[in-house]
Amino acid sequence: MSSEALTSTDYIRHHLQNLTCGLQGGHFHCAHSADEAKAMGFWALNIDTLGVSLVLGLVFLFFFRQVAKSAAQGVPSGAQNFVEWIIEFIDNSVRGSFTGRSALVAPLALTIFVWIFLMNLMDLIPVDYIPFVAEQLGASHFKVVPSTDPNATIGMAIGVFFLVIFYSIKIKGLGGFVGELTLQPFGKFGLPVNLFLEGVNLIAKPISLALRLFGNMYAGEMIFILIALLPFYVQWTLSLPWAIFHILIVTLQAFIFMTLTIVYLDMAHQEHH
Amino acid sequence: MNINATLLGQTIMFAMFVWFCMKIVWPPIIGALDARKKLIADGLAAGERGKHDLELAAKRSAEVLREAKEKAAEIIAQGDRRASEIIEEAKLQAKAEHDRIVAAGSAEVDQEVFRAREQLRMQVSAIALAGAGKILGREIDAKAHNDLLEKLVTEI
Repeated sequence: MSSEALTSTDYIRHHLQNLTCGLQGGHFHCAHSADEAKAMGFWALNIDTLGVSLVLGLVFLFFFRQVAKSAAQGVPSGAQNFVEWIIEFIDNSVRGSFTGRSALVAPLALTIFVWIFLMNLMDLIPVDYIPFVAEQLGASHFKVVPSTDPNATIGMAIGVFFLVIFYSIKIKGLGGFVGELTLQPFGKFGLPVNLFLEGVNLIAKPISLALRLFGNMYAGEMIFILIALLPFYVQWTLSLPWAIFHILIVTLQAFIFMTLTIVYLDMAHQEHH
Repeated sequence: MNINATLLGQTIMFAMFVWFCMKIVWPPIIGALDARKKLIADGLAAGERGKHDLELAAKRSAEVLREAKEKAAEIIAQGDRRASEIIEEAKLQAKAEHDRIVAAGSAEVDQEVFRAREQLRMQVSAIALAGAGKILGREIDAKAHNDLLEKLVTEI
């Protein structure tokens, strides 16, 4: 960061490294470099990603729960008005895209939208603030935007993927689901081709969900980091326009993730293809 | 930026958040929204009904007013008729009273005339007696000439 020996490459690398912790040699500790993090293999946790997402998720649930507890049918005021505005927006989106009836889809869409929005919003915190504070507290790295960590986006996409498979089987039966994967578009004699095409189609859903969000946020974060390399007195000329533009991206990506989830679940609910 | 167990943690967290949201956040708020929608719809319907009722009431009041006017006109006509009847009756009564009074008066007058004539007759016979006495220069036996005097009185 601010130490003089630091090159631009190191600075960027430092910012792109999660605070990865795991069991190594029998005791729990956190990696101090990218190589060390890699060496921990799969059974390690990005504490910053999980911590920030957890806090943001709790903020979301706590705030909405407070409103839900006092939700009255009379004239809404302040927080209730705001929450109802979001809920109605989500509800309209779900009604517009989802043709079935499900108690899960609308709350799912709400959680996805608000949670991802809050995660993306962390991108607007100046890039050095949180890592600096974390360093004072003894953490070597801290990446504050969970959605720039592929683990977070893939984790959520896997959740959606499970739901798609679950509802496909629940609505169409196991046979129907397998039939959908194997018997079209070329009939039963083209089974291998069908399986390949439909399998790609199925797998592409979570991957596209995860990578679209990750890619957009990662690129946005990267540009903030690059801007932060400029002399401090010119930074605002670039970071301010980019931050304003980023507000759009933050909202848009949350909305896209939500809408695609609704659409995928709608497809899972439909009998015909 | 390597894939590790974070993604499992994120999936679990995601599932829990969605579950909480579905259980304790979404239903009360959407319930309040639906209740308000219903409240507003009911309010609008009530307003519509009120307007309709008002129209009916206006129609009804106009009808009542018209009926009242008709009744009033009828009562006035009846009153007029009754008044002229009373006047006619009074006229008849007055006429009868007048006739009665006139008849009573003329009977009295006749009686008075008759009485006055009787009196006059008595006085005339007295005068005649006095006159005759004077003329004859002597006492006339009133009893002896009573028949004559009676005759004279009747003649007068």
